[in-house]
Amino acid sequence: MNTHRVARIAPALGVLAVLIGAWELVTRLAAVPEWLLPSPTVIVVEFVESLPQLAPHTARTLLEAAIGYGAALLLAFLVAALIDQSGLARRALSPLLVTSQTIPIFALAPLLAIWFGFGITPKILIVALACFFPIAVSLAGGLRNADPDMQALVRSMGGSRRQVFSKVKLPSAIPSLLSGMKIAASYSVIAAVIGEWVGASQGLGLYMLRASSSFQTARVFAVIAVIAVLSVALFLAVDVVGRWIAPWIYVRTEEAQT
Amino acid sequence: MAAAGQPVLRLSGVSKAYPANGGQSVQALRSVSLEVGRREFVSLVGPSGCGKSTLLGLIAGLEEPTEGAIEIASDSDGSPGQVAYMPQRDLLLPWRSLLDNATLGAEVGGGDRAAARKRAQSLLPAFGLEGFADALPHTLSGGMRQRAALLRTVLLDREILLLDEPFGALDALTRAALQEWLLEIWERLEAAVLFVTHDVEEALWLSDRVYVMTRRPGSIQLDLPVGLPRPRTRAVRGTPAFAALKQRLLDALLADTA
Repeated sequence: MNTHRVARIAPALGVLAVLIGAWELVTRLAAVPEWLLPSPTVIVVEFVESLPQLAPHTARTLLEAAIGYGAALLLAFLVAALIDQSGLARRALSPLLVTSQTIPIFALAPLLAIWFGFGITPKILIVALACFFPIAVSLAGGLRNADPDMQALVRSMGGSRRQVFSKVKLPSAIPSLLSGMKIAASYSVIAAVIGEWVGASQGLGLYMLRASSSFQTARVFAVIAVIAVLSVALFLAVDVVGRWIAPWIYVRTEEAQT
Repeated sequence: MAAAGQPVLRLSGVSKAYPANGGQSVQALRSVSLEVGRREFVSLVGPSGCGKSTLLGLIAGLEEPTEGAIEIASDSDGSPGQVAYMPQRDLLLPWRSLLDNATLGAEVGGGDRAAARKRAQSLLPAFGLEGFADALPHTLSGGMRQRAALLRTVLLDREILLLDEPFGALDALTRAALQEWLLEIWERLEAAVLFVTHDVEEALWLSDRVYVMTRRPGSIQLDLPVGLPRPRTRAVRGTPAFAALKQRLLDALLADTA
């Protein structure tokens, strides 16, 4: 199983290694100035050297991402449950929820700074906004698509509306909820960083802006790498938690692969 | 040979119509009257689409009849939860272990869960599910899933079991084995069974009486007492009496189709 997985991602890792190698080679052979395009090794050295400063900025950004994500999850749950339980709420909110996904949330960052200043609040809000919609839409969809026959079964046992919701609809919606949560997790870090670009006292976004305005390009790359790794790590964390709390979801896909 | 003593289930003039496009309505059932006696095994056969499943849904309280009355022994307010209903698909909840699926009824009805689990455990061997209490449904075979669904139905502890083509989706061999097994289980139960099938032999072999339905809109065209001695063995299927009964059922079904 494990060797299986390694074999599956090996080609992608190979391509990545070739790209990084080419990058290293080009910057060295063409003697590209470091402020323009630093080589991968320079970036790694910069990363190690700036680690003491990077760590608190990373912690701050992660905190904003985590609080915003939690708030989004809670709100999305309430909205999705409301849409599921009330026909009026569904007709009133569903179209808005779907169309709102086309609004570029990140463009709201300057506005949030005007309203809420430069503290942690506007960062949490932008993360929450970015994460809310994918979670709410996927959860509402999952609740709507729950097997009607399973719901009828619980009703035939004398089950109440609430029991149908908790025993059938909510567990049925978990696969869909998880995919929304994965998308939201990968948005959360970059949302916090964009919030910090507008103005902050700490965080990866601020650190990145400072580095960029003083042409410390290697440091900018180091921060980008941290953001990328964090986003992927959070995505994978949701996946792992999902496999743990909902093992039945993964059965069909794994059977299909073998 | 009507139901011995007071029937546990009586339908009088039950009709069901569904609204359709253009103000017209589609008549699914027309004036169905039938009775099921205490501990009686009654089958309902008819062409597909004749409203057999609709009829069970009405008895289970999932829908209201347009006309007519459904009386269930003891209580008769027509609310769900008074009969044990087993739909066509096994509908085991994929996130629950076999035991948790089997005791769903006690959980929904607010009964004693510990006692229900204990009783379910004690019935596992009889249902051929010993050692699978903690198994998730996707790890079980089709026959096991169907037996688990029947265990869930039996554990509802009702005087009437409504079984909607429980063996319809199984291969012929599994089906024959489960028919024999169902008879064994039923002989130990204190319950009446209303069994929906389109398999004439299955109906005859299992039942005390067989009702034959017409095509849509479904109504009862024949009430055939079987009168074969119990306990029944497979050999009964080869007897002239069985063949004659089968001929009568087929004649009734085919006359309606022509």
